[in-house]
Amino acid sequence: MAAIDDAVDRRGADYAANRAAMAEKVADLKARAAAVAEGGGAAARERHLARGKLLPRDRIRTLIDPGTPFLEFSQLAANGLYADEVPSAGILTGIGRISGRECVIVANDATVKGGTYYPLTVKKHLRAQEIASRTALPCVYLVDSGGANLPNQDEVFPDRDHFGRIFFNQATMSAAGIPQIAVVMGSCTAGGAYVPAMADQSIMVRNQATIFLGGPPLVKAATGEVVTAEDLGGADVHVRTSGVADLMAETDAHALGLARDIVGGLSRPRPAGPELRAPADPLLDPADLGGIVSADPKKPFDIRQVIGRIVDGSEFDEFKPLYGTTLVTGFARIWGYPVGIVANNGILFSESALKGAHFVELCAQRGIPLVFLQNITGFMVGRRYEAGGIAKDGAKMVMAVACAAVPKITVVIGNSFGAGNYGMCGRAFDPNFLWMWPNARISVMGGDQAANVLAQVKRDQIEARGGAWDPAEEDAFKAPIRAQYEEQGSAYYSTARLWDDGVIDPADTRLVLALSLSASLNAPARETRFGVFRM
Amino acid sequence: MTRPIRAILVANRGEIAVRVMKTAKRLGIRAIAVYSEADAGAMHVRTADEAVRIGPAPARDSYLAGDRVLEAARIAGADAVHPGYGFLSENAEFAEAVEAAGLAWIGPPPEAIRAMGSKSAAKALMEKAKVPLVPGYHGADQDPDTLTAAADRIGYPVLIKASAGGGGKGMKIVEASGDFPAALASAKREAMASFGDDRVLVERYLTAPRHVEVQVFADGLGNTIHLFERDCSIQRRHQKVIEEAPAPNLSDRMRAEMGAAAVAAARAVGYVGAGTVEFITEENAFYFMEMNTRLQVEHPVTEAITGLDLVEWQIRVAAGEPLPLDQKDVRCQGHAVEARLYAEDPDRDFVPQVGRLRRLAFPDGVRIDAGVEVGDTVSHHYDPMIAKLIAHGPDREGALARLSAALDATKVVGVTTNRRLLARIVDHPAFRSARFDTGFIDRHRDELLAPSVPAETLDFQLAALAVRAARTAVRRIDPSDPYSPFATAGAYNPNLPAMEEITLSAGGVEQTLRFETEGGRTVLAGDSERLETAATLSPEGQMIATLGRRRLQLRVHVEGDEVVLLKGAEPLAFRVLDPWRGPATGTHAVDRVLSPMPGAVVALMVSVGDQVERGAPLVVVEAMKMEHVLRAPHDGVVAFLGAEVGYVVDEGVELVIVEAT
Repeated sequence: MAAIDDAVDRRGADYAANRAAMAEKVADLKARAAAVAEGGGAAARERHLARGKLLPRDRIRTLIDPGTPFLEFSQLAANGLYADEVPSAGILTGIGRISGRECVIVANDATVKGGTYYPLTVKKHLRAQEIASRTALPCVYLVDSGGANLPNQDEVFPDRDHFGRIFFNQATMSAAGIPQIAVVMGSCTAGGAYVPAMADQSIMVRNQATIFLGGPPLVKAATGEVVTAEDLGGADVHVRTSGVADLMAETDAHALGLARDIVGGLSRPRPAGPELRAPADPLLDPADLGGIVSADPKKPFDIRQVIGRIVDGSEFDEFKPLYGTTLVTGFARIWGYPVGIVANNGILFSESALKGAHFVELCAQRGIPLVFLQNITGFMVGRRYEAGGIAKDGAKMVMAVACAAVPKITVVIGNSFGAGNYGMCGRAFDPNFLWMWPNARISVMGGDQAANVLAQVKRDQIEARGGAWDPAEEDAFKAPIRAQYEEQGSAYYSTARLWDDGVIDPADTRLVLALSLSASLNAPARETRFGVFRM
Repeated sequence: MTRPIRAILVANRGEIAVRVMKTAKRLGIRAIAVYSEADAGAMHVRTADEAVRIGPAPARDSYLAGDRVLEAARIAGADAVHPGYGFLSENAEFAEAVEAAGLAWIGPPPEAIRAMGSKSAAKALMEKAKVPLVPGYHGADQDPDTLTAAADRIGYPVLIKASAGGGGKGMKIVEASGDFPAALASAKREAMASFGDDRVLVERYLTAPRHVEVQVFADGLGNTIHLFERDCSIQRRHQKVIEEAPAPNLSDRMRAEMGAAAVAAARAVGYVGAGTVEFITEENAFYFMEMNTRLQVEHPVTEAITGLDLVEWQIRVAAGEPLPLDQKDVRCQGHAVEARLYAEDPDRDFVPQVGRLRRLAFPDGVRIDAGVEVGDTVSHHYDPMIAKLIAHGPDREGALARLSAALDATKVVGVTTNRRLLARIVDHPAFRSARFDTGFIDRHRDELLAPSVPAETLDFQLAALAVRAARTAVRRIDPSDPYSPFATAGAYNPNLPAMEEITLSAGGVEQTLRFETEGGRTVLAGDSERLETAATLSPEGQMIATLGRRRLQLRVHVEGDEVVLLKGAEPLAFRVLDPWRGPATGTHAVDRVLSPMPGAVVALMVSVGDQVERGAPLVVVEAMKMEHVLRAPHDGVVAFLGAEVGYVVDEGVELVIVEAT
């Protein structure tokens, strides 16, 4: 395999400008992350700590093997929503290694609105379960929640992908042999009581955890019975009498230790996966990534320079390098795992789509995980291309991507517009993981394009009536459209709504991909069956 | 008349049983072990050709039960019994029973055991045999003038002791003649008050005595020789800790005189076999203390300097053979030192330790007599000795250097040991230059028993770095995914510094070290400074650590929850505290009295409902041959008793709850 040559001009003005722009974006990302890491604010944290409880991030740190990564999902969920009062949507999710075994961890943050479930809290919880289900990873729920957020009940309770789905997922994952473990470390009320009750094994912290269908106020209102929370549903009740929970812990840390023991005892060998090699760092410096990616999304750059800074030894075995050159495809390794990389290097033409479909078929055939590096403004348009069948060629690529039953991981490193998003395994195509760089943009098309298209339609209407459109009016017409696309296309708008699994620092891409691959390979390989390719 | 010995039953356990069996096997003699239920898998059982179970764990029902041992000898077809040391070794009745059963007794004649068994009778015998005794007056005439005259004759300082007494009551040290009458009056008053008997005795008070003993050997044909002496002055509460041969700073003349006196002592009781005559010495004087009628724990130092196998000699003598050497043929070569490694905690008043030996490694180049191996358990039933390390060198300096190195390389994980104390004694300048007496450990206890060199902040930092480096190195790797980034990438959290805390304890001090990792760089976040850190650890334990601007290289040992920095003169040991531990015995432990170690409840002083004051004795637990009195943690009422007399309890068992009133 040949290593990609370094073709970056570090002295160029573009490099410096790009790098500065990306550095600013990364600093902004980290500032946003630092803000949400505070949870529900200083006062709520103090109250939480005063009860002898650990903060959710400390719980996770104590749960996972010391000094190992936690691949956090959707850190900035609910960013800019609910008056920004529900940081991280009040729940932390991610993958960590517990007693040597990768697990999905779901931890309520009781400092945020008592850990109650807002619509996006539910979505984030379900997404973590979806990842667990796709990757066959055991789930550990660190429960500390007041249950559904009552004012938002219509968006939390009734629909298919609402609160009840959590328990449906627990049941079906348990049935599929994916262990479900609950550690109750605080409230666990009403519907939430089913998290430990549906779990394969559960732990409660004495004098902290309570589980009941109706809390003391509800009991008093319903029957007049006056009872303390601990007597109604404390650890003693459930571990000794009701059997709702199995183990009693003295403290949070003790409970997490017991959970580690349970996970350590799961006998779940990893399924046979692809052949591995010893990992090797890229030869090219990942610190250059910020300088390579254009600050101006309209300016192209060579995607190979990005690939060379992500893959082992910067080695890339390119597939069909001279054909359909706006899509770069090829084989490489990331942290020793073999991958097939599909990366945009310009707009998609028929040839690029055909090459993409061919390459995805190859990887599916060989059981090689796919990594999509998205930077796509769309498919080529125009009479010649429509007549050439670009729609059916694009459809072939979409078909191949949709049906390839190998782990698929998508990173949006620039634009993600229109049908290009589909062909490059956007959210609708169920990649195991979808990550975004902070500069990434996602929408049905670019803001200018959308404004121009809508203005063209309007102009046609005006001119059909024999009128003329004043350029100033046209600008006034376009500005709000551009503004809307600007706002809704941002990575933060996306990640707030869980259209992705998180925004990451480009410098972390290799590690995040490696962690994603490692997690994905816990699921047994499946055989691919493609649908009908339109020829 | 000789009698062949073909099968020896070793009526003992532990290292001495193993050691006797080694010689037996070398001589082609079948080795038979006896064992208690607690010792079913013990090393001495594994070493033996055959082993017979003789009873439950308590020694009085097994190793001290002579009839059961004899029954075992019959079952296994032994024709001789070796008693080792301790247990039945100085039990004349047992020796008689062995002989009556027609077996060879590998020990002295029962009459000799008896003669030396009574201290006062033995001293009378020795006086007759002209063996020097501590000068003193033991007469019935208690007239103050007589006593004063006796004291003047003995020479000051003298010790006045109550004849009926013990425990220090009525004991006075008198430095000069002028002080004697007043001290005498005081001693008599105290003796009368304490014992109702004001008779006293007066003896020479030795201010800086040494304990020097002579190894003697006699055969049944009338030959008695000595195999030089051993100095066993380094003692802790009358327990020998370090022994050496020959005794340093002993003139040839005194050595010869002591040897002759020891031989005379042995002859006086018709001694046969291996024995030890213990003397107390001061300057050029030596006085008889007692004779041990058995093989001593410390016999290997004599074997080292003479090149002999004393157990072989014992067997030959028991078989009726003559001593293999005449006195003139016994040679002393070089110098030998022995250190006794015990499972005990010097930081906690030497409380015996029990546990499984997860690691037990000794270096080459010294003799190791051990009764346990890796994986064995040091139990509370018996002596907590793990091993004896015996170093032999061309001279004292050489032997000590070898022992010192050996102690440093000795690695025990699983139980706390006195290794550090031994190493400190061996390295102590006063001991190195042979300036010591039996008060050595007490005199230097501040240096020898200081919990440990207090670890500095830098040491804690290095220890934490070692923990992190070792984690990466030994992280349990899934063989189906050997390179998983979840195992090998180190701490990471997208967009946030990944936090890591390591809490270490050393010498009773706990410190929590906080690390923050971001962008591949790790910072040690202290209260006052933030240091960028990195560390690599080779499989051999060589660590290269960067701490801020400093780069350090040192050896570390990380195993389980233990981290040892081999930096400077003394290894610094840290324990990594388990982040998942249950609550420290803080909240409700105040009123709970827990068993400090596995043992048997031998006395209960209270009943439920009793009012007790803080410090009142509640219960006595016997463990490792010691009685531990557990006391009330505060004033209150006994609310609960968790055991009755005779219960065998584990460590941490709730024995009493005292509710505060």
